[in-house]
Amino acid sequence: MPIQVLMPALSPTMEKGNLAKWLKKEGETIKSGDVIAEIETDKATMEVEATDEGTLGRILIPEGTADVAVNTPIATILADGETAADLAKAPAPAKQEKAAESAPPAAAKAEAPQPKAAPSAPQTVTEPDPEVPEGTEMVTQTIREALRDAMAEEMRRDADVFVMGEEVAEYQGAYKVTQGLLQEFGAKRVIDTPITEHGFAGIGVGAAMTGLKPVVEFMTFNFAMQAIDQIINSAAKTLYMSGGQMGCSIVFRGPNGAAARVAAQHSQDYSSWYSNVPGLKVVAPFSAADYKGLLKAAIRDPNPVIFLENEVLYGHTGAVPKLDDFVIPIGKARIVRSGSHVTIISWSNGMTYALKAADELAKDGIEAEVIDLRTLRPMDTETIVNSVKKTGRAVTVEEGWAQSGVGAEIAARIMENAFDYLDAPVARVSGKDVPMPYAANLEKLALPSAAEVVEAAKAVCYR
Amino acid sequence: MAAPKKAAASTPQDKTNGGSPPEFTREQELKALRDMLLIRRFEEKAGQLYGMGAIGGFCHLYIGQEAVVVGMQMALKLGDQVITGYRDHGHMLATGMEAKGVMAELTGRRGGYSKGKGGSMHMFSKEKHFYGGHGIVGAQVSLGTGLAFANHYRGNDNVSVTYFGDGAANQGQVYESFNMAELWKLPVIYVIENNRYAMGTSVSRASAQQDFSKRGASFNIPGKQVDGMDVRAVKAAGDEAAAWCRAGKGPYILEMQTYRYRGHSMSDPAKYRTREEVEKVRHDQDPIEQVRNRLLAAKVSEQDLKAIDAEVRDIVNASADFAQHDPEPDAAELWTDIYR
Repeated sequence: MPIQVLMPALSPTMEKGNLAKWLKKEGETIKSGDVIAEIETDKATMEVEATDEGTLGRILIPEGTADVAVNTPIATILADGETAADLAKAPAPAKQEKAAESAPPAAAKAEAPQPKAAPSAPQTVTEPDPEVPEGTEMVTQTIREALRDAMAEEMRRDADVFVMGEEVAEYQGAYKVTQGLLQEFGAKRVIDTPITEHGFAGIGVGAAMTGLKPVVEFMTFNFAMQAIDQIINSAAKTLYMSGGQMGCSIVFRGPNGAAARVAAQHSQDYSSWYSNVPGLKVVAPFSAADYKGLLKAAIRDPNPVIFLENEVLYGHTGAVPKLDDFVIPIGKARIVRSGSHVTIISWSNGMTYALKAADELAKDGIEAEVIDLRTLRPMDTETIVNSVKKTGRAVTVEEGWAQSGVGAEIAARIMENAFDYLDAPVARVSGKDVPMPYAANLEKLALPSAAEVVEAAKAVCYR
Repeated sequence: MAAPKKAAASTPQDKTNGGSPPEFTREQELKALRDMLLIRRFEEKAGQLYGMGAIGGFCHLYIGQEAVVVGMQMALKLGDQVITGYRDHGHMLATGMEAKGVMAELTGRRGGYSKGKGGSMHMFSKEKHFYGGHGIVGAQVSLGTGLAFANHYRGNDNVSVTYFGDGAANQGQVYESFNMAELWKLPVIYVIENNRYAMGTSVSRASAQQDFSKRGASFNIPGKQVDGMDVRAVKAAGDEAAAWCRAGKGPYILEMQTYRYRGHSMSDPAKYRTREEVEKVRHDQDPIEQVRNRLLAAKVSEQDLKAIDAEVRDIVNASADFAQHDPEPDAAELWTDIYR
């Protein structure tokens, strides 16, 4: 029976990819280990090797096709003795429903992925962003592209801005966030470092003390624990310790929190760690527009800024204002959905659960007001408190652990500033109090869910 | 009550080329004497003030090591940066920071270099290109490499002089920094001040490779052992290292063989070494006495040397006076300089 070649998953978070190129033609003989095709993921271009031998019977997905879902059959291989007539006997694809999501072939072979059908900003966002002038033209971008554009724009604007980190230059970014920067700005300003987080974080801080403006990428914030002494003791405290003489304008950025199936050491959320420290600003956006506008603000900020990204969100698209200089001020939360019954406060990927839950709650007649905190330090207490004064109930949602978490901080601020307005104790939805497990089912249990947010919201509404 | 017997430690000596270092001119000798004396008298005064309770917390004195910073500073030019760890008062005075501001910082007063918010271990001067003053052992090595990175990025020919001790030399980030400095040919002179004790642990008890000039060998960074008690040897080595860096050849390591006369900090009874060991170095190798003796041999009058003593004492006394009478920072300063 002919063998089906399926679209492979080439990274922990890959859901779809572009079939960039077929290296074998129909009818060609294939040996195990032959490279038969090139697949572009959102991170890199990868080669697909044949694991079976035979003849390439039929190419099911032509080259240039974008957004081919993982596990979609892309070709069939005929075993010895089989002919084209046997093609009909090929087994049904493993996941029919995924295959159906495949988009039609792209008109041109795209260099960068342009996933039109990628998950977009949830429909549940109802409130316009006050930072965007009415009538502004919007472009649809992935968060990854928004980040890249933010860095490129700031590097064009200021020669003191440079990017350093592991694989940021020649590899084009471990998660492709710095794609194209080396080509535009050269090796002097886009700097590949050895795998030495502690060392290059310190070098970045030292350079920043002289007035340069480094953007230091950590491949993930898990690895920044190696560098946390330089971030806190050197970057955050020097301005104070020098009596205001010497500070540093530096951005530490990279993916934070759980990706997918990478287990305990690669899945920690550091929101509360960094937001504990005076001298640091901590930004953790959710929407593509916020990623762009806030990264630009972070690079311009004269203080050290921790810019927490989320790997799961990199491929998500959203509408980004087409403005010459779109900068969102650090320290302002945004009400993304208004409601009067309960306030749900979250940030970064926590917003995914918050917004889904708000949709669910609406079906039950509970109108949730959803606040995207966007910046964790300085925290926009005013927006939170004003909302809670209106709703009388609050739920916080975070992927990190509950103890000493950001949700605990929000709850304390609500208690301090709006105690008399509360109709119920503040509820926290958080990551479970365990290291992140590897098994898919356990991982899902360890993370918060929309259902838990719904449950918490109903509980504070006594429903 | 006899102190435990210590193995006779070798005394610091110049292993560079066996011969004596190049002679100083009379002006250089006088300047070196004056600058080293200033540091010594300043530190002695700081020790006194600490004993009186005017200085709190940690206070690490530089007495004995003066030739290192003074000799190195003589090899530098305007714009070269200096950064060090927590035994930093000498470095500050050597870069030209005012004794008054340093002493007032030690006493936690508003006229201190950090408005009283940094203390002994955390002082900075943008004007004098002094980048601290760092309390975490070894952190200044990556930071100093970053200063060199900035010079390289800007394309100037300044060098970063990054000081650290024999103890810090065992920290991991030192080697991360060595690797990147050589990889990117950054203009940084790593000055390892080997005063033979990391707090109470002698070099032989803590370091597998006790020749610190070789610590960059696996990164191809050249290194040299220098008699850190002879200011002329320090300057000559500094000149050589600076020329190497300015020529774009990358980093350079200087192991300064030196000695601290006092304890690690004011609270260190220094039971890990004998009084005789300290006395022997003081007697045989004191960096200030070496210069003084050469000057006297060169027929500089006692009178002239006394004038230098007097000038230095005046500066130090004035700084102590200021540091004890300057008001404490305003309470509102608690909340300033966190962000800009």
